[in-house]
Amino acid sequence: MTALVALPVLLPLMAAGLSLAFGRFADIQRVLGLVVLGAIIVNAALLLYVADVHGPIVLQLGGWPAPLGITLIADRLAALLLLVSSVVTFAVLIYSIGQRVADYGRGTSSTTFHPIYLMLCAGVSLAYLTGDLFNLFVAFEIMLSSSYVLITRRTTATRVRPGMTYTIVSLTSSILFLTVIALVYAATGTVNLADLAQRVSELPDGLQSSLGLLMTIVFGVKAAMVPLHFWLPDSYPNAPAPITAVFAGLLTKVGIYAMIRTQTLVFQHESTWQLMLAIALLTMIVGALGALAQDDLNRMLSFLLVSHIGYMLFGLGVYDIAGLTGVILYVVHHITVQATLFLVSGLITRHTGTVALSRMGGLAKAAPLVAVLFSIPALTLSGVPPFSGFVAKLALLQAGVDAGTWAAYGVAGGAVLTSLLTLYAVARVWSRAFWGRPQEPAGDPDPSDELVVGTGTTSPAMMVASGVLAATSVLIAVAAGPLADISGRAAVDLMHGETYRTAVLGGGAGG
Amino acid sequence: MTETESQSPGEQEAWTTWDTPSERWLLSGYTRDRRERKILLELAARILFPTVLVFSLYLLFAGHEHTGGGFSGGLVAGQAFVLRYLAGGRMDSSSTVSLQPPVLIGVGLTIATFISLVPLAFGGTVLESAIYTFTVPMLGQIKIVTSLFLDIGVYLLILGVVLDLLRTLGSAIEADVAAVERR
Repeated sequence: MTALVALPVLLPLMAAGLSLAFGRFADIQRVLGLVVLGAIIVNAALLLYVADVHGPIVLQLGGWPAPLGITLIADRLAALLLLVSSVVTFAVLIYSIGQRVADYGRGTSSTTFHPIYLMLCAGVSLAYLTGDLFNLFVAFEIMLSSSYVLITRRTTATRVRPGMTYTIVSLTSSILFLTVIALVYAATGTVNLADLAQRVSELPDGLQSSLGLLMTIVFGVKAAMVPLHFWLPDSYPNAPAPITAVFAGLLTKVGIYAMIRTQTLVFQHESTWQLMLAIALLTMIVGALGALAQDDLNRMLSFLLVSHIGYMLFGLGVYDIAGLTGVILYVVHHITVQATLFLVSGLITRHTGTVALSRMGGLAKAAPLVAVLFSIPALTLSGVPPFSGFVAKLALLQAGVDAGTWAAYGVAGGAVLTSLLTLYAVARVWSRAFWGRPQEPAGDPDPSDELVVGTGTTSPAMMVASGVLAATSVLIAVAAGPLADISGRAAVDLMHGETYRTAVLGGGAGG
Repeated sequence: MTETESQSPGEQEAWTTWDTPSERWLLSGYTRDRRERKILLELAARILFPTVLVFSLYLLFAGHEHTGGGFSGGLVAGQAFVLRYLAGGRMDSSSTVSLQPPVLIGVGLTIATFISLVPLAFGGTVLESAIYTFTVPMLGQIKIVTSLFLDIGVYLLILGVVLDLLRTLGSAIEADVAAVERR
């Protein structure tokens, strides 16, 4: 039973090993990846069910008890995010297999992609499930080292520079993370999150807030909150579409998750968090204005990603149950939507052969299915009523208004404005790329990379994968009621860390 | 791992030649520019190579209670190959290992993760280890800790990583340089 918590980490690792060993057999690699990632979806759904009904599932690795050993724990928040993430990784794998088969034929194997992608999935799962700070660092490292490979794979001279930016920024923040862990350990003598919750509250106030701030900076770099976001719009557009999709969908959100986890469990605040509110507002506005200035489709989507990180910071800044419920809903919705948008952007560039919006046109006629696939996540992202973005944004706005401070009112206003700006940005894409005179597809600018492949052909697998993700985001809207309930319960868990602490430290399923 | 040329022994083996090594003592006598050769290093590598490998196995087995373990054992085994590479150059190193490093890494990773799940079959938790003691004739009591099998996976993985580094950053770059020089 408790082994279910370890499987989402161990299965992809094992599959990565096997797929490295079977590097020459393309089909074995593909089947292995799909089976394992599919199994993780089922596993995560089970975890979510059990965690919701019976409370958090705790696994003490090797049977070593909690503050000393390594703890894996699946509570409602972790299981929910794991479920959504595994759906995204599964769909993206289908997409990239489809793209590979369409471009190189079925027999061509790729020795690196599958193992590295599975490692990335293992890192993401570990980040959600880990119960101690040092393993969170390990999870980030697994995730980031894989992402360094994925972003610089089959690289060309022009793509090395953004790849370097990404690597250096991530490494710097990793060093900072390690330093913070050392400081926390020096101050408290433990790295177990549940144990830290107790020990940190005994520290002097100044020390608490400086550690909390350092931690916020570390995760702020990963999550791309505004003063620390500069690396994202430069590096993400320089990876192939499926890879950008999984980066945009998952990596930044794992940063947000880590921020939520540490700021609720370890560093507890008394009231509304003014600084976070200010950063949230800044992130929304800077991101949205940046998006409006772009002509490159992928850069625009990257700026929108930054801008919508602001919503999640907003909920965290409000810091009550309603706010956190909003954050969880928003993260769930945003993981699927942002991944879908980047996948669809990949489909679009295959038809146009360029990422420049000014050179696109008439896609609605040329590729009607792509147009439908774009319109769903685009409307969802901008929060148009029937879709899931609306539900999540409404929850956040309500939380902001209920908080009743002037700062919260201000940010809520900024959120509405950002929503409109997002709508404007995606409408601009719509009118440039989908309406107007059909343009002759531009030739592939650099056939050696997989960045822009203007072949005009899309394989059914790519369409299905994008469709599945778009459908998932619609499904989130349909299931908004139960989802909001479960997010609410997860938020209650977060605000009252007792359940988490007793599950890990006392009466946990040790031994 | 070292390939040994199976020399068919003659009908009547002379007593003076029965212990001549089946391989040449100097690793790369015929492949490299003589001016670049380091005879002392080549001889040292020849003598040290098996010793270092045995030492790495010692580290692997000693790991549970003494200094060592799969990681350091794998690194030390990797150093044996680094030494051969330094002495013999790319001609030697590529002929030493017939296994592809990525396969070695993959097998090691698979073993390590698989072993961590095995305790589940015996009602334990993930990564739990057990200790068994046997009495083997001639050798006396032998204590086996099941985490040894995990360490074997780690050993292979690390060895694979070092070999891969040697291949990509060593011999592959040398081959590139040689190709450029020839042009």
